[in-house]
Amino acid sequence: MLRSLCKKMFAKSVWVYHCNTGACNGCDIEILNILTPYYDVERFGIKLVASPRHADAMLISGAVTRPTLPLVKRAYEAIPSPKLVFAIGSCATGGGAWFDTYNVTGGVDKVLPVDYFIPGCPSRPEAILFGIALALGLVEKEAAPVELKQMEFPIDIYERREAWEKRNVIYELLK
Amino acid sequence: MWLTSKIKQLMLVAKPGVVTLDYPLQPAPAPQTFRGQPTWDHHKCIGCGGCANHCPARCILTRDVCQELRVMLYDGTRCTYCGRCADVCPEDAIKMSNTFQTASDDKDDVTTRMELFMMTCQRCGRCYEMENSNAIDRLDLKGFRYDNLEQRALLRKSSETFAPDLLAETEGYQRPRR
Repeated sequence: MLRSLCKKMFAKSVWVYHCNTGACNGCDIEILNILTPYYDVERFGIKLVASPRHADAMLISGAVTRPTLPLVKRAYEAIPSPKLVFAIGSCATGGGAWFDTYNVTGGVDKVLPVDYFIPGCPSRPEAILFGIALALGLVEKEAAPVELKQMEFPIDIYERREAWEKRNVIYELLK
Repeated sequence: MWLTSKIKQLMLVAKPGVVTLDYPLQPAPAPQTFRGQPTWDHHKCIGCGGCANHCPARCILTRDVCQELRVMLYDGTRCTYCGRCADVCPEDAIKMSNTFQTASDDKDDVTTRMELFMMTCQRCGRCYEMENSNAIDRLDLKGFRYDNLEQRALLRKSSETFAPDLLAETEGYQRPRR
């Protein structure tokens, strides 16, 4: 009975390991901010641990730079599966302003399978809380891709016309 | 005396009460001055590409599919929310909203794709003028542009008239490797 009670109560208590992969420290400060009594993240059973071997989830901040790339991979492999990866901040989600430079991999998702993206530069502590609540199933996802059109003007018309012209070229050759 | 110190501590704690924000259960809206996800008004946008030129993270991409149609893609994953696009927009089509709840499990959830109808000039028959012969001034990338939307890559190429060969060339773009 105690075991079932423990399973029920600790099923969603996620211990996180925080990994800085070349961030400017802004996102790290916000991650520490959600551990303070004001945004008390420990009420969801989330605890910051020092070793990846104790962790269930990984909070990654920063675009993965070339020197930290093997270390990030090792830290990821040290986490016992099942594991979650949160990419926090613009650098971790898409590479930030350095997505194209020579010593940056350009986002965590090019290195590791990422489960949740939390954009922001840095992410607001509420935004990180929202992402964690999304992972725990407390809230619904709000972001959705937006498509805007000034007028209905399908792009395939051009491809179709091009294909038609190419076909006509062949007919002209046959003539 | 540890007991008196504990009682003192309890008194101290009881004074402010509970300070924890009950955030995911109760909404906590950001202040009005907060710069969150930028929003586009596609009725106002004239497709000048000024936001794409001034974005420090190069997250606004422009691809001219044909002479009349320009596709603009905002890739919010690497946006730094600096607000320069909203500053530079001549028509005030971009507004910085104060939404921050953009966490998702899919990268494409924070993108905005806009298809703009571009009219050619009735007088000269062109969309743009490319008078700058200076290479640094040409970095402003006037004219027709062919960024790769699938790779989310900005290509520093532009042409005065619409060039279908450049469009086909940039279709299978690969980031240069070491």
